[in-house]
Amino acid sequence: MIFRFSDVRYRDIIEIDELTINKGVTILLGPSGGGKTTLLRMLNKMISPTKGQIFFMGESLAKIESVQLRRKVMMLSQNPVVFPGTVRDNLAIAFEFQDKIKPDDDALDDMLSRIQLNKKLDDGVINLSGGEKQRLALGRLLLLEPEVYLFDEPSSSLDDDTEDLIIRMLSMHVEKQGQSIVMVTHSKRIAEKYADVILEISEGKVLRSVKNERDN
Amino acid sequence: MNGIIDLGLVQVLLSYIFIIMVLIIVRRRGINREKEIAISSVRMTLQLIITGYLLAYVFENPHPVVTILIIVVMEGFAVHTVINKFKGKLSDKLKKIIAFSMVTGTLSCLLYFLMIVVRISPWYDPQYFIPIAGMLIGNSMTGVSLGVKSLQEGMTVQKSWVEEALILGATPKRATREILNQTFDAAIMPTINSMIGMGIVFLPGMMTGQILSGTSPNTAVTYQIAIMLGILGAVALSVMIMLQLGYRSYFNEADQLIE
Repeated sequence: MIFRFSDVRYRDIIEIDELTINKGVTILLGPSGGGKTTLLRMLNKMISPTKGQIFFMGESLAKIESVQLRRKVMMLSQNPVVFPGTVRDNLAIAFEFQDKIKPDDDALDDMLSRIQLNKKLDDGVINLSGGEKQRLALGRLLLLEPEVYLFDEPSSSLDDDTEDLIIRMLSMHVEKQGQSIVMVTHSKRIAEKYADVILEISEGKVLRSVKNERDN
Repeated sequence: MNGIIDLGLVQVLLSYIFIIMVLIIVRRRGINREKEIAISSVRMTLQLIITGYLLAYVFENPHPVVTILIIVVMEGFAVHTVINKFKGKLSDKLKKIIAFSMVTGTLSCLLYFLMIVVRISPWYDPQYFIPIAGMLIGNSMTGVSLGVKSLQEGMTVQKSWVEEALILGATPKRATREILNQTFDAAIMPTINSMIGMGIVFLPGMMTGQILSGTSPNTAVTYQIAIMLGILGAVALSVMIMLQLGYRSYFNEADQLIE
C-alpha cells in the first residue's frame, strides 16, 4: 500500500471516506470537474485536506515534510510549465532545485529519444508545441526516478500512436524500477490497457475501484 | 570664500514663478494635474518651514528623547508610505515584514555610520543624527517600495513557475530565488545609478547644501562619499531583509502557495 485515505474532505470538492492506492499503475477515470486533479494535488501535498488524513507508506502526510515528499512523489501537471532556456536546462532544472548533481549530456540525449522528442539539447523551448512541452516535462521527471509518479493526463496533447508509445514506455519503466503511477486520464482505452486498478471518480467521490487485467 | 547670501521672503516667492510656469503648461496641454502640482508645492513649502523651525529648536535644545522621537516618526512615516503607496493588497504578514526590514535595515546602518564612521558626540547630537537618518530612511523607503512592487509582481506573473518548481521538489526559497534576485536588482538600481552620475551629471543635494552654506567642497565631498556608501548599505540591507523574510509570506507552513 502506498497511499491510504481516511475520512478525507477537501472543501466541497473531495469526499472520500476510505481509499487505498497500492503499488503499480492506478488510473483515475471520470468526468471533468469530478475532483481527479484535486486528488492528485493532495498526494504530493501541493494542497492539504481540509478534513481527514492521507497516509503515505503508513505515515501521515501531515507529518511528512512537503519538500521531501515532493521529491519522492512527483507530479506532471496537465499543462506543465517549461522554463525559459534550452531543452538541456529544462531536463536538468529539477536537479538544480533538489541540489543534486546534474546528469551528463549522454543521459539527457538518451532521455530525449525515450520520450520521442526530436530536439537537440541546445534547442530553445519557446517554439515547442503543447505535446512536445508535455514530453519534455515528462522527461525531466523520469530522470529523477521518484518512488511515485502522479500524471495528470500526461498524453492529452499527443496523438493516439505517440500516446500509446509514451504510456507503454512509462508503464514498463515503473515496473522495471519498482515504482508506481497514479494517473488521471479521460481515455478508457488507456485505462484498460495499462492499469492495475481503475478508480472511477465523480463529484469528488470514488464510485468504483476495479482491479484490471491489462490488455497489453 | 564669500559670505552666504540669505534668501529673503521676496526671493523665495520669486522662485514660485517656476510653479506658475508649470501650471500654465499643464493647463494649456490639457494635462489634468494642476491640483496635484499646486497642493504638492504648498505642502512642500509648509512642511519645510515647520521642519526648519522644529530643527532650529531641536538643535538648540538637544535631548536624547527628542532625537529618538523624531527618528520614530521618520521610520513610521516611511513604513506608512511604503505600504500606502502600494496599489493592491498586501498581507498583514508582509506589512509587518516591511516595517521590520525598514527599521532594522536603516537603524543598523545609521548607528554604524554615526558611531563608528562620523563618531558624533553626544551620541544623540540631532545636527548629525536627523539629517543623516533622513537620507538613509528616505532612500531605503524608495528601495523597499520598489522591492515590494517587484516582489508582488513577480509572485503574480511568475506564480506558475514557482508552483512548478515546488512540484519538482524545490524549497520555497529555491523556487523564488530568481524573483528575489530580480527584485533586489530592481530595488537597488536607482541608488547605483545615482552613484554613477554623481559629481558629473549632478551634484548631490547634501553636498550642494553644504557648499552653499559655506563648507569647503573637500569636506562636502568626503561627507557625500561616506553618506552615499551608507545609503547604499541601508537600502541594500533593508531590501534584503524584506526579501529574506517576505518571500515566506506567500507560503504556508506546509510549503504550499497561499491562494
